[in-house]
Amino acid sequence: MSAVGGAIEERRSGLFWFWSLEAFRRAFAVLFLAGLAVFILGPLLSLILWAFAGEWFYPALLPQVFSLKWWTVVLGNRSVVESIKYSLMTAPTVTALSAVICLPAAYAFARFEFPGRRLLLLSFLSANSFPKIGLYISIATLFYRLNLMTTFWGVVLIQLVSTLLFMIWIPTGTFRGINRSLEEAARDVGASGLRTFFQITLPIAMPGLLVAALFAFLAAFDEAQGTLIVGSPNFITMPVMMYTLVLNYPQPVGAVFSILLTLPSLVLLLLAQRFLRQGYLAAGYTL
Amino acid sequence: MADLRLASLTKRFGAQAAVFDFTLEVRDGELMCLLGPSGCGKTTTLRMIGGFIVPDAGDILIDGRSVLRLPPERRPTAMVFQRYNLWPHMTVTDNIAFGLRLRHLPTAEIEHKVEEALALVGLPQASRKWPHQLSGGEQQRVAVARALVLEPKILLLDEPFSNLDARLRVRMREELKTLQRQVGITTVFVTHDQEEALTLADRIAVMNKGIMEQVDTPDVLYRRPKKLFVADFIGTMNFFSARYQRDQGGLVTANLRIAARGPWADGTAVTVAVRPEDVRLVDGDDGLPARVRRVVNLGHYWEVTAENPDLGSTKIFTDGQRQIAEGQTLRLGLRRVLLYGEGSDVVEVTAPQITSLHSSVHG
Repeated sequence: MSAVGGAIEERRSGLFWFWSLEAFRRAFAVLFLAGLAVFILGPLLSLILWAFAGEWFYPALLPQVFSLKWWTVVLGNRSVVESIKYSLMTAPTVTALSAVICLPAAYAFARFEFPGRRLLLLSFLSANSFPKIGLYISIATLFYRLNLMTTFWGVVLIQLVSTLLFMIWIPTGTFRGINRSLEEAARDVGASGLRTFFQITLPIAMPGLLVAALFAFLAAFDEAQGTLIVGSPNFITMPVMMYTLVLNYPQPVGAVFSILLTLPSLVLLLLAQRFLRQGYLAAGYTL
Repeated sequence: MADLRLASLTKRFGAQAAVFDFTLEVRDGELMCLLGPSGCGKTTTLRMIGGFIVPDAGDILIDGRSVLRLPPERRPTAMVFQRYNLWPHMTVTDNIAFGLRLRHLPTAEIEHKVEEALALVGLPQASRKWPHQLSGGEQQRVAVARALVLEPKILLLDEPFSNLDARLRVRMREELKTLQRQVGITTVFVTHDQEEALTLADRIAVMNKGIMEQVDTPDVLYRRPKKLFVADFIGTMNFFSARYQRDQGGLVTANLRIAARGPWADGTAVTVAVRPEDVRLVDGDDGLPARVRRVVNLGHYWEVTAENPDLGSTKIFTDGQRQIAEGQTLRLGLRRVLLYGEGSDVVEVTAPQITSLHSSVHG
């Protein structure tokens, strides 16, 4: 018997002999995926059930009565509607501001060598590298003096902190991934540096930048900790309002609000997916 | 049409000189190859001509006018890169039309020129396609079209075919040569592939470690390489070492004396170079005995490697008419040798007189 044959035999008779059985492996994969689906979709499903449940008492598997009454409760609440408005105001503003601040920096990180480049790049990580609550508190004391507490711009600035990471790291990688000769070819046929950036580099980078913007938007939209400290009690966004609802109202109210909270991200994801598919199709070429 | 002159170009990266004191004249309509091993500074030189690298010293003149102060977009040069040439977010037409649109040409004229350029490179049907729908060879053709459509004075190519497979590379080479003749554009072509340089170029500039070794036509470069580096780099060459001994009337190895006159000092080490096609097989007992080590069939000829104590391992090309077996002993004669010694350019000796230091005379 050859050495390889012996090794194969050994593997078969080992502790995990069944692993080499194709059928077992396939079954294992199916079970694993099914488990994963339950784990991810299960809570979502129960969320939807709760949101539309009129009456649901133990031990019934499904609600006894379906109704929309909790939706009217939620949407009839003035402060809830206010929080939705605030969230839809701050998150896009934060994303735009973050892009304006970070994208030029990301381009510089990707394209230029300058002293302290690595250190600066790492410094954008620093906001995420230790517990944020301490950072927020110290920022809040600063905001008191600057009269930014419970204001729109105060909340925008505090939410900006958690978007920096995405808006720097993803675009830096994207810009770095664009081959220089693509830019040089544009210069070569007569485009200025600025025109090259806007007509060649930026369009090619767009899919990556969209992903970064999406993550930044979600980070800002989801931010509760800093917003709670800086914004409350007057400037309450949706995630902060969630605390109030969960603590003070029956369970279905939280479920309804959860769905409302998920909607913008869902819409953005679907939009992004369409964009990205086209974008990567165009970019996905090599020689 | 235009000529290009590089005058004492020098570029340093850190302490290292990537290109040093490089002077070259490219005539109007000429196809000049910059040839050398990787890291020899050929691409740096090309990028300096294109304006992507600023030289530390020297000048670049196109039609007698210095372009040193012009950024790439204002130089009358067009470059084709090794890869990643086409902008992936534009169709072929938009890729080619990009430069024309920057020049604010009327739409009808742009359309006409793009069509013409695509026809020139043999891709008239590709106008609506996206770069990712084209093969590597087609992408490079579009890149050439994009460069030519602006009617530049100088066309620069940076190893444009090195990412293509061997067959396609040979075909693209021929196409480029034909195209270049047809358009008559002054062209600088960078390659590390000597075969590519020999087949394409009107003249070749061989570079090594940032320095120009020799610039000549492919014929001269192959027949009479001026320096040892070029002799080694271009084509196949056999080398063995000898010592110049004036009182012996030539070069001396362990057992042989080769009659030659050179400008070298007595006792100078001289490298003897012989092309495989300049090694002939001698009948009878004349010639230098050599034991066959390896026979390789290369299709239209055979490459025989034979070992002689003085010549060392020697490659010979034969037509395969004569049966040669490994282990067999051949008799070799030399038709033509090139001698490289310290302190002089190459010395060429045809039909050298070779005698044995110990016994009978050899051919």
